[in-house]
Amino acid sequence: MSEQALLGLADDELVLGWRDSEWTGIAPLLEEDVAFSSIAQNEIGHARAVYELLAGADGDADALAFDRKPEEYRCAPLVELHLLEWAHTIARRWLYEVADEIRITVLKDDSDPAVAGLAAKIDREEAYHRMHAEMWHDRLRDEPRFQAAAEELWPYALGVLPAELRGELVSRVGLAEVDAIDRGTHTDELAPLWEEMTIVRRSAPAGAQW
Amino acid sequence: MVGEAQVWEALEEIPDPEIPVISLVDLGVIRSVDVADGHVRIEFTPTFLGCPALEVMKRAMEEKVTELGAEPEVEVISDDSWSTDRITPAGREKLRAAGFAPPAPREASAPKLVQLQSNVFRCPYCSSTQTRLENIFGPTPCRSLRYCESCRQPFEQFKTI
Repeated sequence: MSEQALLGLADDELVLGWRDSEWTGIAPLLEEDVAFSSIAQNEIGHARAVYELLAGADGDADALAFDRKPEEYRCAPLVELHLLEWAHTIARRWLYEVADEIRITVLKDDSDPAVAGLAAKIDREEAYHRMHAEMWHDRLRDEPRFQAAAEELWPYALGVLPAELRGELVSRVGLAEVDAIDRGTHTDELAPLWEEMTIVRRSAPAGAQW
Repeated sequence: MVGEAQVWEALEEIPDPEIPVISLVDLGVIRSVDVADGHVRIEFTPTFLGCPALEVMKRAMEEKVTELGAEPEVEVISDDSWSTDRITPAGREKLRAAGFAPPAPREASAPKLVQLQSNVFRCPYCSSTQTRLENIFGPTPCRSLRYCESCRQPFEQFKTI
């Protein structure tokens, strides 16, 4: 897989981890507060591992994660959306996990053993995110509010994957293929997230001491 | 001159920062120790990639090696070589005694929701398998929450990785 595609994966996990962490303390159920906090921690951990791989032994993974301008991020618009509403939040988690599983499955067979090894590790952790998404999907799939949210997010979900992998997403999700909202474009919601996410880094360029 | 056995012994004293009843050696996260000319190289595999205790564990290992008068080098290996199957039998018993149900063995494919919802997980307090899944997630990424219907005790189940 190309470096740009790996950067896209890392940026997706970092930004979605950030969005998921916004539920910490305010999720509608205590169990989900715990779940979203754990999932966010894992996603950001995956991002860190991929940034470290891309930066190499002497590189700076933090610089890769935080020193780019918002427009230089490679994340899919799906993960940028600020969704303080449960039906959309769950629809995004479910759509993202289905797409991410398709992508990770391909990465596990990557010709670079470092990439394939890391993908296998990530996959073992993502299995629990998929179970969480599946549990909610089973519960809400017949609810009109959830269905409307999934349909609204569907063009964004297609944009998580490159064109050649979208057919599998279409068959697994069961919605008709539409024009994808592609990676490489950004929503207006990324810039405020970036402001918040990078503020410590920008206010202490020499590195914050704790 | 420091020997390999001495290094393993010293590492045995480092508790897991989040579950201090078990050591890093019990947890199976130390993949290898190589000693050459006063230089000690340790290969270390994280449990979960997002583990916030990674740096703490790395520093603790470096300190132990330095105390032995050798120069440490700890390399974090982010691949699939750690699994919960690497937790030692002694480690599993320590977990159980502290109220954490040890993980089920790893299978070729990742676990499925139906497995977590089945009655095969044993309560660490009364040994009953009449336990139900309360939450896939728990206080740290490596644990799930279950409830024992027999002794009515909630408990933490180590996830299989």
